[in-house]
Amino acid sequence: MNPNRIYLDHSATTPIAQPVRKAMQPFLESQFGNASSMHSYGRDASAALDDAHFVTACAINARASEIVFTGCGTESDNLALRGGALAARKQRGLARGHLISALTEHHAVEVTLKQMAELHGFDLDFVPVDAHGCVSVDAVRAALRPDTVLVSVMLANNEVGSYNDVAAIGALCRAHEVLLHTDAVQAPAYLALDVRALNVDYLALSAHKFYGPKGVGVLFIRDGAPYLPLLTGGGHERGRRAGTVNVAGAVGAAAAMKFVAGEREAQSARLRALRDRLIAGVMQRVPDARLTGHPVERLPGHASFVFKNVDGESLMMALDVEGIAVSTGSACTSGDPEPSAVLTAMGIAREWALGGLRITLGYDTTDAHIDAVLELLPRCVARVRAAAEAVH
Amino acid sequence: MKKSRVVIAMSGGVDSSVAAALLVEQGYDVVGIMLRLWAEEGNDAYGQPNSNRCCAPEAVADARAIAKMLGIPFYDIHAEAVFKQRVVDTWIDGYANASTPNPCFNCNRSIRFGFLMQRALALGAEYLATGHYVRVSRPGEGNTDSVFKLLKGRDEKKDQSYVLHVLGQRDLSRAMFPCGEYVKHEVRELARKFNLPAAERAESQDLCFLTQGDYRGFLTRQAPQVAQPGPILNVAGEEIGRHEGLPFYTVGQRKGLNVSAHSANTEALYVIKLDKARNAVIAGPASALGSTNAFVGAMHYCADAAPDAPLRCTAKIRYKAREAPGLLTPLVNGSAEFLFDEPQRDVTPGQGLVCYDGDAVIGGGVISRR
Repeated sequence: MNPNRIYLDHSATTPIAQPVRKAMQPFLESQFGNASSMHSYGRDASAALDDAHFVTACAINARASEIVFTGCGTESDNLALRGGALAARKQRGLARGHLISALTEHHAVEVTLKQMAELHGFDLDFVPVDAHGCVSVDAVRAALRPDTVLVSVMLANNEVGSYNDVAAIGALCRAHEVLLHTDAVQAPAYLALDVRALNVDYLALSAHKFYGPKGVGVLFIRDGAPYLPLLTGGGHERGRRAGTVNVAGAVGAAAAMKFVAGEREAQSARLRALRDRLIAGVMQRVPDARLTGHPVERLPGHASFVFKNVDGESLMMALDVEGIAVSTGSACTSGDPEPSAVLTAMGIAREWALGGLRITLGYDTTDAHIDAVLELLPRCVARVRAAAEAVH
Repeated sequence: MKKSRVVIAMSGGVDSSVAAALLVEQGYDVVGIMLRLWAEEGNDAYGQPNSNRCCAPEAVADARAIAKMLGIPFYDIHAEAVFKQRVVDTWIDGYANASTPNPCFNCNRSIRFGFLMQRALALGAEYLATGHYVRVSRPGEGNTDSVFKLLKGRDEKKDQSYVLHVLGQRDLSRAMFPCGEYVKHEVRELARKFNLPAAERAESQDLCFLTQGDYRGFLTRQAPQVAQPGPILNVAGEEIGRHEGLPFYTVGQRKGLNVSAHSANTEALYVIKLDKARNAVIAGPASALGSTNAFVGAMHYCADAAPDAPLRCTAKIRYKAREAPGLLTPLVNGSAEFLFDEPQRDVTPGQGLVCYDGDAVIGGGVISRR
């Protein structure tokens, strides 16, 4: 194990922050009660869980009753999409119902919507995105139908860092009485979230993306929005998600929300500067390199590139053996020589799109880390390009 | 200070695991890579999704654990699509051309020493190592020539030089085969010495990507167009029966010939030839089998160049065939002919002819009809 290795894959996951670990500790040790139990152990757990709901809600300008703790961001998305759309369709007495989203969404949204179309008979449309991967209000407006039930548009894209104007899309949806779900998983460490200002009915989060533990997600369900639980049984989380609640996880998620609320403004400014230095350095030192996503309106620590005629996975591995941990931009690989759907939807040509690399900075990233990347990346890109020549 | 970086192709099996351990012991900067290869979709008898025999999830877990034990990085790379394109699809095409193709040549050439070699170089490795039972002789090491030579493994029973004949100078200069110096039981002892928990995979004669029975079922499901029914003809050209598709027959085959009883014919019938133009199986008596020559359309030489003159050497026409002596004659535009001293029973288009000069592989290629 390389003791000097550098972690630059914060969009994939983040380390648990000290205050978060501290907040969780009692619930991994002495305060182990089941929050549903009526006895003293249960009451202690229940109190902590209530507090976690409250803190999390406050952080996004919601009510405690509108917060559901799930197992992960993917589950939050699944719960919102399936539960919301199925319930809404029934409420409206529609035979099929129509869903709108975009091909830039995370798999948790895209795959779920496709399955819903196939298994539950929804009609589904993916609206086009612009060259930065952004969904416009006009595109959604053009796709709306009288039987549209739900729109899903992510807040910040995990692959290319761009933002969508969820507030404006939300206003449009309100006007048409259509539900809006947003996957905001990439946001909390950098952006303050206000569910009222965003005009959303459902908002999904994942604790391990903002210095909390893995294994816990958050779903905001606006009071009054339709829902249908996916996990049924003991009626936990006010009937929205059955299963003994992961109290330690919920406490951790809430503590993480609090932690980032205190850090994000200063960190975002700091990371933006580091990231911009990284981007400038890469563009200067690596031939045939392009930044993907919006050049300005993007997550502060997010730098995603495409390199022409480079195998992205090889590049990621080449950096890894030198001790730098980054991502190709998309977690899923299936030996598919096809480039990512997101980059393709953005109109990026194949010989570029196959060379995707995503570098995402975090609260612990330093100038020295950026120096190391700028030192190694050009060499690794050259080596990967040379390897392609050397074999064919 | 470590020696050069070497990528070891791991399978989770004992050979590649011992190879990895040897390289680590010898002070190389070792990186383990395992390729996930394509297998026909479907579920096994337990309802679990099928996987290629070489890279089932359990095997990946084994390889990863061994890499961790050895303290080396490990990458699990998905190569299903490129394997399907370059190995499986070309193998199916072989059947479409009325031959009996061997997919292992393309796998070694374009997957192991193509795709994987590229990944290794991209990682800054100077060598790609595998657990194959072969050896490379480098110029200067008791090798008076200036070329790299591919030699049989020391263990004649395990020798895999036949399938690796596809390597050229560039590949050989970058290849390492740590197991080649050992016989199998020595490799097992080394596994014990290194405390490797590598399980012995059951040897199988079937192709790695066949997960549901043999190749006949696979072709019927995946490429039904290559198996069209047609006539069985005798050597005089008379129709004596029907066949269900040329891929189901191979030269020298006796079983499965559906011929009507021919009153004048009491001899056993064998597949003599597969006739693509007429989509016919030509069947005849054992005396019609046997050929003294094999023609190779595209002959590859490990030295990257054909010999100047015809060369006396030995050749195998199948992995398990015994080497037979004869004369190798390079022909124009890269083809070659091998004239055996003694007739060989089943010279089969699609199979590989591999020529040897003692322990050294001269080269080889796919046998075709001239």
